[in-house]
Amino acid sequence: MKEWRAEKLMPGALIPVGGTARQYKTGGWRSEHPVWDERACKQCFLCWIYCPDGSIKVRDGKVIGIDYDYCKGCGICANECPADAIKMAEGGEPNG
Amino acid sequence: MAKLTEKIVAITGNAAVAQAMRQINPDVVAAYPITPQTDIAETFAEFVADGLVDTEYVTVESEHSAMSACVGASAAGARVMTATSSQGLALMWEILYIAAGMRLPITMTNVNRCLSAPINIHCDHSDSMGARDSGWIQIYSENAQEAYDNVIQAIRIAEHKSVLLPVMVNMDGFIVSHSIERVELLDDEVVKRFVGEYKPVYPLLDVENPVTHGPFDGLGGFYFEHKKAQIEAIERSRKVVLDVADEFKRISGREYGCFEPYRLDDAEVALVVLNSAAGTSKCVVDAMREEGYPVGILKLRVFRPFLARELSEALKHLKAVAILERATSPGSFGPLYAEIRSALYDLEARPKMVNLIYGLGGREFRPEHAKEAFGVCLKVAQTKRVEKPLGYLGLKEVEVIS
Repeated sequence: MKEWRAEKLMPGALIPVGGTARQYKTGGWRSEHPVWDERACKQCFLCWIYCPDGSIKVRDGKVIGIDYDYCKGCGICANECPADAIKMAEGGEPNG
Repeated sequence: MAKLTEKIVAITGNAAVAQAMRQINPDVVAAYPITPQTDIAETFAEFVADGLVDTEYVTVESEHSAMSACVGASAAGARVMTATSSQGLALMWEILYIAAGMRLPITMTNVNRCLSAPINIHCDHSDSMGARDSGWIQIYSENAQEAYDNVIQAIRIAEHKSVLLPVMVNMDGFIVSHSIERVELLDDEVVKRFVGEYKPVYPLLDVENPVTHGPFDGLGGFYFEHKKAQIEAIERSRKVVLDVADEFKRISGREYGCFEPYRLDDAEVALVVLNSAAGTSKCVVDAMREEGYPVGILKLRVFRPFLARELSEALKHLKAVAILERATSPGSFGPLYAEIRSALYDLEARPKMVNLIYGLGGREFRPEHAKEAFGVCLKVAQTKRVEKPLGYLGLKEVEVIS
């Protein structure tokens, strides 16, 4: 991606590069965060189906955790999980 | 419709604007083709169907969508035009601000017609006056010739690299839009050369050089700075409007400024008018001058940007000025009066000013109304007192039940 600083104002707030949404992590809104328990997880994928923001990480056909870059902390995954493998914890940051 | 080659024709204001659009041959026109649209969009659609232009004509389901499609096409890198009127302009409101904020050089003709209620489709300036804060350059036209000339000049003003802003060309609904007048058309080739080829700076469709149009710029960002930059751009358009007018004079012989003084230099009282009322008022000026009255008019052509300094300079020698206004701001004065009066505030000596509302909902503006307005001015000049700052011309005597 080309060099570009937000302070360099372009006409109409134009950004002279593309794909800038990639740099914008929207997970900062959380007041609670989901904690996934790998041992309790039955790999039923209900959390993956229900997550409104595509923030359940999957690799090689298996749930491997939460994408905290984009998770908004809405708690739907914890609510839907039939195995109690996802619980909501206080605070926005998983390690905070 | 046959291709027009005659230089002097008898056509309506709408047809004149459609001819200008045919000669400009824009890449995209997006319009909602049903009422309150005028036959500008209809006539231009015929040109598209007849293969007289290369334009992609997008018919949409509302004016909100029409302006949205214009924004998209302009960001993509196209030269974009449209036309609207009245409620149609009102429905575009949200997107007008986006077009200006994104600095997209869209050219739109607005046929000035009133806003409901009561339901009425006739001439007044409530539509464009309501859009005065949207960031669009606003140019007003006295007759069909001026509407034609202004549309051609608007392309150059909008696309000037120091401006990059949308331009709205206004003309009076029905009085000009639907009346047949003598119009001098320029040759197709002359217009084509004058508007030139549009070279967008950052077209969205240039996939080799990807850019982002219309991004989020929130609380911690630079929204404020972008608005300041937009203000500076419309300030720069003052010079561009005059430069383009100079160049236009060379191809047409017709002269344009930001406003037109008519027998104003040696006048003691004057009217400030927009659009077709200027023609009627000029006739009255001539007649009253014959009788020895020191009257004149100032016809405003460019309302945005607002030329505060130039207008105060042009009006400062007068004893009384009436701002004629075909719009209201209920609970306050008309927008034109408020701004012109404010422009003259810092003068040591300034004319007395009154605001006269006329012609709402298409009520006719007749010579006797201009004469009545001059009468008000002459009385104010004589007594040096404004008894009623806000008055009305041409109201019917009726019983109003509150």
